[in-house]
Amino acid sequence: MDWPALRISLWLGAGTIAILLPLGVWFGRLLAVREFRGKLLVEALVTVPLVLPPTVLGFYLLVTFGARSPIGQAFQALIGHPLPFSFEGLLVASAIANIPFVVQPIQRAFEAIPSDVRDAAACCGLTPWHQFRRIELPLAWPGVLTASILTFAHTLGEFGVVLMVGGNLPGQTRTLSVAIYDRMQAFDDRSAGIMAATLLAISVATLMITTALSRRVNPSRG
Amino acid sequence: MWRRSVIGLLVVSALGLPGRATQRPPTIAAAANLQFALTEVAKHFERDRGARVEIVFGASGTLTRQIRDGAPFEMFLAADEEFPGQLTAAGLTRDAGAVYAIGRLALFAPTGSPLVVDERLEGLSRLLNAGGVTRFAIANPDVAPYGRAAEAALRTRGLWDAIRPRLVLGDSIAQATQFATTGNAVGGLIAYSLVKEPALADKGTYALIPQTDHPPLRQRMVLLKTATPVVEQFYSYMQGAAARAILIKSGYEAPQ
Repeated sequence: MDWPALRISLWLGAGTIAILLPLGVWFGRLLAVREFRGKLLVEALVTVPLVLPPTVLGFYLLVTFGARSPIGQAFQALIGHPLPFSFEGLLVASAIANIPFVVQPIQRAFEAIPSDVRDAAACCGLTPWHQFRRIELPLAWPGVLTASILTFAHTLGEFGVVLMVGGNLPGQTRTLSVAIYDRMQAFDDRSAGIMAATLLAISVATLMITTALSRRVNPSRG
Repeated sequence: MWRRSVIGLLVVSALGLPGRATQRPPTIAAAANLQFALTEVAKHFERDRGARVEIVFGASGTLTRQIRDGAPFEMFLAADEEFPGQLTAAGLTRDAGAVYAIGRLALFAPTGSPLVVDERLEGLSRLLNAGGVTRFAIANPDVAPYGRAAEAALRTRGLWDAIRPRLVLGDSIAQATQFATTGNAVGGLIAYSLVKEPALADKGTYALIPQTDHPPLRQRMVLLKTATPVVEQFYSYMQGAAARAILIKSGYEAPQ
């Protein structure tokens, strides 16, 4: 069992949620309640990582931030090392890959709130912030929860882009899914098997927790 | 709910944030054919010198690309001379490095395969003509020197055009070996250094391919400009008697 790899996987999941959740709540709500020009294009851009092969994202990240590009060199001067082949690079890749997993459930959740509820809240004299904090967010909570869990589970399972951008560096960018591949290549099927079973167990547990929680939060939907 | 999230975050924090190489051993990149031999050398190095190196294995071409894109490797042990030469030409290495071993290619057939192995690939030719070759594993010649050597050996025996539609290409020689030894292919042309490993040698039969059938697999290593003293030590350790004995035991030939 590659413990550092498990640790990196968990950190990557938590970090991706931390980056995306605030943005997702803001943007998901915006898409749900506002109409604006170019919304169709924006929605398509938000969804595109869902259908894009991870290699496309990996390619662009490496070409943009690699040591041979001017942007990559500027970044290297700024943070002391190139963005690819570092945990920070994985975070960037993972955050981009997970945008649809965060924005879509949150957008759907805010869309499901009838506009009467918002109007009533406004009528009662609630400030927009209170309206959001007291009325909308609690109602949209199952969506936010689903978004977090989906992102976490999806990050654990991320493979292609992690291998391309991270490069399988032990203790830095070797996540559990990459470690399984690495052990297979090293003919160490036993370790690969243990880690594969661990990942399977974590994934099933994560999804069970989601279902259980969403039933508790919103029994009518369960 | 928020409280629970905070607790969750604290639990995760207790696991420690993955950082950059502060107290981590230096990382070196090595061609996949070295999987067993170099791991053993590193173990001896740790015992003899009390220092540890972390090794990442992959196809020489893949690793070269990663180094050019800024991967933090301090040394590169390739399966050929061309890939490290590219890094030297790009000004990323200390110097031109040194040839540390000559690799050998082997034809492998897993237990139960209809392929009969011999060094002149006659059994392979017969099976191919009889339509019995469903899949045959080599490493991807574009990124793996052992794949390039396999292609050359197949060309030497006039089998390349006939076998091409049947080839499965491994990302590295390790993956090609994986395909060949697990019975997912009738056999493969793979690294002798991997086949010799007892755990794999039990899984089938093999024949050593004559070195005259393909350009020699002269394996060169280079120190990258970022190399730290421990890695410099490892570089000279690789040229010492202990490392050389392990390499020869693993099926490599010593460079002249």
